[in-house]
Amino acid sequence: MAATTYLPIVERLLAGDRRALARVVTLIENNAPDTRRILAQLHAHGGRAHVVGFTGSPGAGKSTLVTATARELRKRGQRVGIVAIDPSSPFTGGAILGDRIRMMELAGDPNVFIRSMASRGSLGGLAVATRDVVRALDAGGFDTIIIETVGAGQAEVEIVRAAQTVVVVTVPGMGDDIQAIKAGILEIADVFVVNKADRPGADQTAAELRMLMSLDERRKERGWRVPIVKTSAASGEGVPELVDKLAEHIAWLRESGQLASRSGRQARSEMLALLHQALLAKIEATVSPDEWQQLIDEVVDRQRDPYTAADEIARRIGLAPSLGGWE
Amino acid sequence: MSAAGWPQLDMAEQRKIRVLVAKPGLDGHDRGAKVIARALRDAGMEVIYTGIRQTPQMITEAAIQEDVDAILMSILSGAHMAIFPKVMELLRENGVDDVLVMAGGIIPDEDIPAIEAMGIQGNFGPGTPMSAIIEYVRAHVHSDRLSQQLAPMSTAGTAIETPGTGDAAGQAAQ
Repeated sequence: MAATTYLPIVERLLAGDRRALARVVTLIENNAPDTRRILAQLHAHGGRAHVVGFTGSPGAGKSTLVTATARELRKRGQRVGIVAIDPSSPFTGGAILGDRIRMMELAGDPNVFIRSMASRGSLGGLAVATRDVVRALDAGGFDTIIIETVGAGQAEVEIVRAAQTVVVVTVPGMGDDIQAIKAGILEIADVFVVNKADRPGADQTAAELRMLMSLDERRKERGWRVPIVKTSAASGEGVPELVDKLAEHIAWLRESGQLASRSGRQARSEMLALLHQALLAKIEATVSPDEWQQLIDEVVDRQRDPYTAADEIARRIGLAPSLGGWE
Repeated sequence: MSAAGWPQLDMAEQRKIRVLVAKPGLDGHDRGAKVIARALRDAGMEVIYTGIRQTPQMITEAAIQEDVDAILMSILSGAHMAIFPKVMELLRENGVDDVLVMAGGIIPDEDIPAIEAMGIQGNFGPGTPMSAIIEYVRAHVHSDRLSQQLAPMSTAGTAIETPGTGDAAGQAAQ
């Protein structure tokens, strides 16, 4: 009959069943066997949500700001999905996911869905599965999906590959202006927030950021002036302005054609990551753990260099001849 | 990725147990809850900590959204006989039937049979060793949740309340 027969869990998710959505997220996180079929079906139903990333150093007030932003979006009639990422312990693999503490006031709202994720060893500020979790929320019909990254330092910039609008949250007194001109996280901002603006030094921090932005030729070319919004998330001050800027940014992305090129870049990096996985799976299926260990030992003992050792593996999976440039 | 071994070690890793640690009721003493959260983390679990003063609705909603394997409620205020039945009722109403629900804190012995009858297990009193709680969670989490298969909720939430015989009879009649 119909063109597509959906998996039951996909049908339930599309119908707005929160348990089905939550279970799909679990399947995604654990890379369960059915996940790819589910995601393939969900992909066709996505593309409507505005995906906003919030990043910034630990303690900058991201969770509180995300909560205040979600509350403002709710006032404007939007359904809001939140993915909050906290770090996994590199030693035990466990994690304490505490973002819900600050999001308590959103807890009873059926139009808000909050999911905490552990980073599970991923270093870029997101979890490996974050983009797929966003895909599930997108299919679930949320208008805005907020990703809150792990408290990030200077180089955790993975969020640009998952979000359409990146909000970099900073606070007064986080260091001199040289901290701000280092490369990395400051370059990825579509919107700057100086949070805790009731504290001394907020105006100075905002002024320093403004000056840096005025020097940035690359951004001027692209035609979006990165706004700097002062907020006090605890009192809610500045939050409506922030939400206005988010709306302006997505509107600009659409009009300028940037949205399409951003989506293109994201799809490309996603496909490359999947190919990378497929390649590793092929290697795993071809080279036994003992052989692998032996190659590692030989490199460590300097009987072999890592390049020829990798060549050896590539040859085993039938890659080397076509790649060229080998020996 | 570790220096030695499989590049894909990450993916072959065991499924993580997710536990909701919640503080229902009005007492604000969450030292114990935090110590347990920390111990479960150190045992390799992912712990969602909700903070204090959680209503039964908040606990249920968090358990659903986070799709946790286990809920551990810590209560010191003495309100357990008022709060626990409500939590269990809401979980049931929402079709959450595959989650291990445990309690800890100050719970008088005479209340324990009633609490266990509600389907709440564990009932860890003061002085329970952390290792006992960790082992209890590992041993009692529903095993089908932890299999990689994670059979996507074959029992739908609503199906549980409708008596199976009535349905079957209805279908037979048609």
